[in-house]
Amino acid sequence: MSKQMTINAEFAKGLWEHNPVLRQLLGMCPTLAVTTSAINGVGMGLATTFVLTCASLMISLLRKLIPGQVRIASFIVVIATFVTIVDLTMKAQFPEMSKSLGAFIPLIVVNCIILGRAEAFASKNNPGRAIIDALGMGLGFTASLTTLGGIREVLGNGTLFGVQVMPHQYVPWIVMILPAGAFLTLGLMLGIYNKFNHRHEEAALRAARLAAAAKGV
Amino acid sequence: MELFGIFLTAALINNFVLSQFLGICPFIGVSGKLSAATSMGMATTFVLVMAAMVTFLIQQYILAPLGLDFLQTVSFILVIASLVQFVEMVIKKVSKPLYRSLGIYLPLITTNCAIMGLCLFAAMRHYSFFQSLVFALGAGVGFTLAIVLMAGIREELELADIPRSLRGAGITMVVAGTLALGFMGFAGMKF
Repeated sequence: MSKQMTINAEFAKGLWEHNPVLRQLLGMCPTLAVTTSAINGVGMGLATTFVLTCASLMISLLRKLIPGQVRIASFIVVIATFVTIVDLTMKAQFPEMSKSLGAFIPLIVVNCIILGRAEAFASKNNPGRAIIDALGMGLGFTASLTTLGGIREVLGNGTLFGVQVMPHQYVPWIVMILPAGAFLTLGLMLGIYNKFNHRHEEAALRAARLAAAAKGV
Repeated sequence: MELFGIFLTAALINNFVLSQFLGICPFIGVSGKLSAATSMGMATTFVLVMAAMVTFLIQQYILAPLGLDFLQTVSFILVIASLVQFVEMVIKKVSKPLYRSLGIYLPLITTNCAIMGLCLFAAMRHYSFFQSLVFALGAGVGFTLAIVLMAGIREELELADIPRSLRGAGITMVVAGTLALGFMGFAGMKF
């Protein structure tokens, strides 16, 4: 039972508590660059999740074989292999998506989330846990990108996943799909995320104080 | 004139940080202090120029003639990683003070996507050797400019009264957004 709990927690930590984008501030470049629409966010997120999961599994399996001194170089080769697979697959299967994401698909190789999880988690844990951790982190990344892309698409273009959601009289805020909009939206998203967490912490603190006071009586 | 155009485009109009979103991690991470930001900018420029030259030669004389284009990602990242290692060793040997002032930032340059991005863009646009060189120099100057501007603003921000939840990365992003708006003004320049 407790084992089950820890696996659930392992999975869930990437979604909110240790969200790669909002908490750890990793993988900022693709986050800002490709989120001009929600669908781009989904595509980039899933491509990264695939590379992250496969690379974590591989590195976890090889963790006892790779000598410590050359581990970073070895991790990078493993990651680059899976990135090449994704790049070629997307070019063949989803040429349009591949074109709109452009150089950011091969650039997954330098996404710090992947190397970060490889170094901090996959190289120290068994394959099962490594996969769960990678899936959680990958989906957390996808969720953040989709939210950011959705906000920018609705405000900057009046659509969501290509469907018109704003009334026709709505004048799109072009700035939202320009680079400046990416920075502003992500900055405000970080603010809201922190606000939630602070409120949560304060509530927990107040509950603890109340419990202590009740015990005193 | 064409080379000058490539330089200005990379440095200002399509600034690597503020309009291409390359190299955001050091831009957020190392822009707390002006001196550190300047060192980071210079080290990155140096690696950018070296990497552009080496990957150009690899693309031109090894990958393209042998039809091994699909190995681009793997070979470029390996070259960049070993280059950074090499640069680190050379700087350590040649100038101890410079090595100490750059410290941990040097190895971190490997995962700076500006380097990898520059090499991929140069290969994609079929730049010649000198064009790649100038492109790298422009990108480096643009990166240095952005990170130094940001560090200057952040040093001032330390005295400002910022809402608690926006402190740190949040306000940095909003400031970067304002800077990006400013850099959009260069978009009208045509060469």
